[in-house]
Amino acid sequence: MLTQTPHRLEIENISIAYGEKTILKNVSFQVPHGGRVAVVGPNGAGKSTLFKALVGLLPFTGGQILIHGLPLGHHQDCVAYIPQREEVDWRFPVTVRDVVAMGRYGKQGWFRRLARADREAVDRSLAEMQISNLAGASISDLSGGQQQRVFLARALAQDPHILLMDEPFTGVDLTTQEATFNLLDTLRAREVTAIISTHDLNLAATRFDLVLLLNKGVVSYGEPQEVLKQENLKRAFGSSLLVTENGALLVDECCPPDADHPHEHHTEAEELYD
Amino acid sequence: MIEFLLQPLTYAFIQRGLLAAVIVGVLCAVMGTYVVLRGMAFLGDALAHAILPGVAIAYLAGGNLLLGALTTAILVALGIGYFSRQGTIKEDTAIGILFAAALALGVALISSIRTYAVDLSHILFGNVLGVSIADLWLTAALGLLILVTVALLYRPFLIISFDPVLAATMRLPAELLRSVMLILLALTVVISLQTVGVGLAAAMLVTPAATAYLLTRRLLPMMLVSALIGAFSSLAGLYLSYYLNVVSGSAIVLTATAIFLVVFLLKRGKR
Repeated sequence: MLTQTPHRLEIENISIAYGEKTILKNVSFQVPHGGRVAVVGPNGAGKSTLFKALVGLLPFTGGQILIHGLPLGHHQDCVAYIPQREEVDWRFPVTVRDVVAMGRYGKQGWFRRLARADREAVDRSLAEMQISNLAGASISDLSGGQQQRVFLARALAQDPHILLMDEPFTGVDLTTQEATFNLLDTLRAREVTAIISTHDLNLAATRFDLVLLLNKGVVSYGEPQEVLKQENLKRAFGSSLLVTENGALLVDECCPPDADHPHEHHTEAEELYD
Repeated sequence: MIEFLLQPLTYAFIQRGLLAAVIVGVLCAVMGTYVVLRGMAFLGDALAHAILPGVAIAYLAGGNLLLGALTTAILVALGIGYFSRQGTIKEDTAIGILFAAALALGVALISSIRTYAVDLSHILFGNVLGVSIADLWLTAALGLLILVTVALLYRPFLIISFDPVLAATMRLPAELLRSVMLILLALTVVISLQTVGVGLAAAMLVTPAATAYLLTRRLLPMMLVSALIGAFSSLAGLYLSYYLNVVSGSAIVLTATAIFLVVFLLKRGKR
């Protein structure tokens, strides 16, 4: 299934700007095959921007992005992206099965009927995410957790080498969160690299191999216990990081001045023991 | 009843008008699906008005009105894309500027024609009974071209409309596809010039598709139902226009609006 080696993602010194405004500066990091990376940082740190550059949606300057040692654009569809739920038009007239089937379009050309192998892949993905019973449902009729599973199933159907997820744990129930981690375990067995942005520092500390701490650039990158230290977090979060007497760290992000995630206007508090 | 339906058909120009109206009804309804789903209603309206100068120039030069309209529509569609591409100004702002400028230019040109009022009303509200054999052939050929393109690009159009990021990860040429869609929309608007005119083309793009949106839950059924409503509105509207002696474009649009209202109220009643 996975034929190309070396199987990894290398980001070499890239900068990304919207017009005149630089969002991310001199970003470099490498992810080994099958690695699971949490991308954390304050609102406006450039998490979504990094993802958009990784899928080729935003141009970058400076260095290069290499997948399997080849520059971005040399691969048909080895990157699967799971968008934030607010980015999707849930009133669009498609069924759950339609959305999952989109994951196969890249494989079968754009004009032919889906082959039996594709239809089976769609069925398998629906079954793996336990939404087979919803296949014919309109996406507008789904709960938040179900919506997320639809896109997880589509990512599975895409058979990707690299999976990008933007804030999959924000506002979902525990069942969906666990379903997401189960999927990640399945994908790790297939050596799929997963890069996931999250506000939940506890999850980043406990359930990921690597943490990328961002704030307009890479603040720190490495294993969770190396990265999630007080001095690093202070550099990333600045004044929204509170240190309590017993050494607990509290990240308080209310009303972000910079709209990296324009829909978030609630208070988020995360506790982390250093 | 049969007499009622057949009697108008004894005139060749009404037969041509009916055929043209049905083709336009179907095309507007199919392209309208994307207009409704992608929120391009303003763009459709703008395109319809923007073809006015092309029509006027063709008229003054004695050329083919449809070709004149076609040229301007494509220029305006590409112009909107060009002005808004780098995010320099927002798309609806670019549309607003070009739309108003083209409309002003068109009215200025037409006002220099002596039979100003009559010609303007034909352009604004359509003149379905003035469809010539040549117009009908051009309409049918362009219509076929549009439908075949929409069918071939069904999946790419679905992806760029529903999930632009997926389109990027799949390396779809999204900008090119968007331009193709704009040109198809421009062609559709130009064709609809004959039956419903500049002023009402936007309604034929939006109303049948919005009605179909209420009735269906998948894209292809939405397109088919929309096409059916568009075709029926054109037919019924033309008969109404014949028997009640009202302008055909208005009759067609009002029929489509009546269907929308009935469906909307029935749907609301169910909840």
